[in-house]
Amino acid sequence: MSFNNLDTLYRQVIMDHYKNPRNRGSIEGEHMTVDMNNPTCGDRIQLQLQVEDGKVKDAKFDGEGCSISMSSASMMTQAIKGRPVDEALKMSDIFSNMMQGKEVEEDGIDLGDIEALQGVAKFPARIKCATLAWKAMEKGVDEEKQG
Amino acid sequence: MDIKAVRAEFPILHQEVNGHPLIYLDSSATSQKPVKVIEKLDEYYRQYNSNVHRGVHTLGTKATDEYEGAREKVRRFINASSTQEVIFTRGTTTAINTVAASYGRANFSEGDEIVITPMEHHSNIIPWQQIAKETGATLKYMPLQPDGTISLDDARDTITDQTKMVAIMHVSNVLGTINPVKEIAAIAHQHDALMLVDGAQSVPHMSIDVQDLDADFYAFSGHKMCGPTGIGVLYGKKSLLNAMEPVEFGGEMIDFVNLYDSTWKELPWKFEGGTPIIAGAVGLGAAIDFLSDIGLDEIQAHEHKLATYAQEQMQKVEGMTIYGPKERAGLVTFNLDDVHPHDLATVLDSEGIAVRAGHHCAQPLMKWLEVSATARASFYLYNTEEEIDRLVEGLQTTKEYFGDVF
Repeated sequence: MSFNNLDTLYRQVIMDHYKNPRNRGSIEGEHMTVDMNNPTCGDRIQLQLQVEDGKVKDAKFDGEGCSISMSSASMMTQAIKGRPVDEALKMSDIFSNMMQGKEVEEDGIDLGDIEALQGVAKFPARIKCATLAWKAMEKGVDEEKQG
Repeated sequence: MDIKAVRAEFPILHQEVNGHPLIYLDSSATSQKPVKVIEKLDEYYRQYNSNVHRGVHTLGTKATDEYEGAREKVRRFINASSTQEVIFTRGTTTAINTVAASYGRANFSEGDEIVITPMEHHSNIIPWQQIAKETGATLKYMPLQPDGTISLDDARDTITDQTKMVAIMHVSNVLGTINPVKEIAAIAHQHDALMLVDGAQSVPHMSIDVQDLDADFYAFSGHKMCGPTGIGVLYGKKSLLNAMEPVEFGGEMIDFVNLYDSTWKELPWKFEGGTPIIAGAVGLGAAIDFLSDIGLDEIQAHEHKLATYAQEQMQKVEGMTIYGPKERAGLVTFNLDDVHPHDLATVLDSEGIAVRAGHHCAQPLMKWLEVSATARASFYLYNTEEEIDRLVEGLQTTKEYFGDVF
């Protein structure tokens, strides 16, 4: 039995983030909270963001879902922490393009672990799992901007 | 039942998915379609596509005959006493919404109770939530036994003289429970309450007699019983339907239209506003012929055998949790260790095996089961024990694959 195809989806680094999620928990001190779920499958995420001076000072998440949605949340929080909000949004764009199988222009932004999720593009049924956390981040930043 | 001959009727089954022969175990979501249904749709569109009940022309007459002929087939299939009691709808959801919006709005008020159960599909929960909010009626839940069945004692305790409507699924799309709807209908009637049965998961799989059940309303979908999508049925007792107002207004359903008011056609057409789902109904008629030729008792026996075999074999996989009672309809809902159902379904899909993963449109039931999601394998007349063996192999593969992760 060959797992080659599956291995493009379930890369080791993804399973590592699933098993040992980074930034899982809640932020003490001032922060904003975004709840988002995927109604078709029941995955849900609660994202907490601490934005100061246009920078993501801290990001934490909690939630329930499959390996792809939870590892993506872990990677996302890791990636945006410490970055200017604009850059975080830019990363979200890059990620969205990546999920659509488009050529990714990194624009000097180091994607780090996130690149491991590239294989999800080949599994259309799972793209929404991967984008859930990023959608939550965009929503949070949007609400923050509107005050 | 000659399973080989049955499978030969379903063209879609004979293909490879991800390099493996397709094993379709998601018939509770939607069933596959036999050649006879596909050809009937083709025949309708090629030979006599026309609007019904209006044209004087030959094609219009043929289309009307086929459409009304399908209604008669449905009547016989569920043993309604008249075709006036058979209303074509878009599906089970529309059928239940029609009863809630029409009967509920006119008859419910504060102090009245609507009784449902935590195992209902969202389509038999939300219409009642909405109409309860609108009318001030109270939505009440009949409890479930630990194994996911309903006890008649609980039914007797929950249904009271304040109860106006009891709405329960005949077969659970998650637990596979076959509910005692006939007995519950009798209890409802003792309190002058009405009984609506969600038959989405029963009509495709077992012989149904609405008169014997004494259901006041019975709703089901065509696409889960080898018919096309977009067609379903609301059965209702004539006396009730006659007293009910239509929900949709427009063409087709009217008798006279004046400037400021109008009158309705007689049953069943007053509930079928607009150009009806003609091709869908005609296709459903062909599906009923197909199922009747094989025999619903044969189909039920086949699925019962599969469900029993599947439980036995799946139970052997270490870390397996199966939800619902042992005695069940043809589906098995489960979880495997800590592998999330989506991940499990993706691995199975890579082996050509299609199962459902998620909350199955039954979030309150997921809460009751204390899980966020489950996987489900559901069977129909075309499935085999060999396919279940492949499923079990696939589950072992899944364990292997995620083994070092958990």
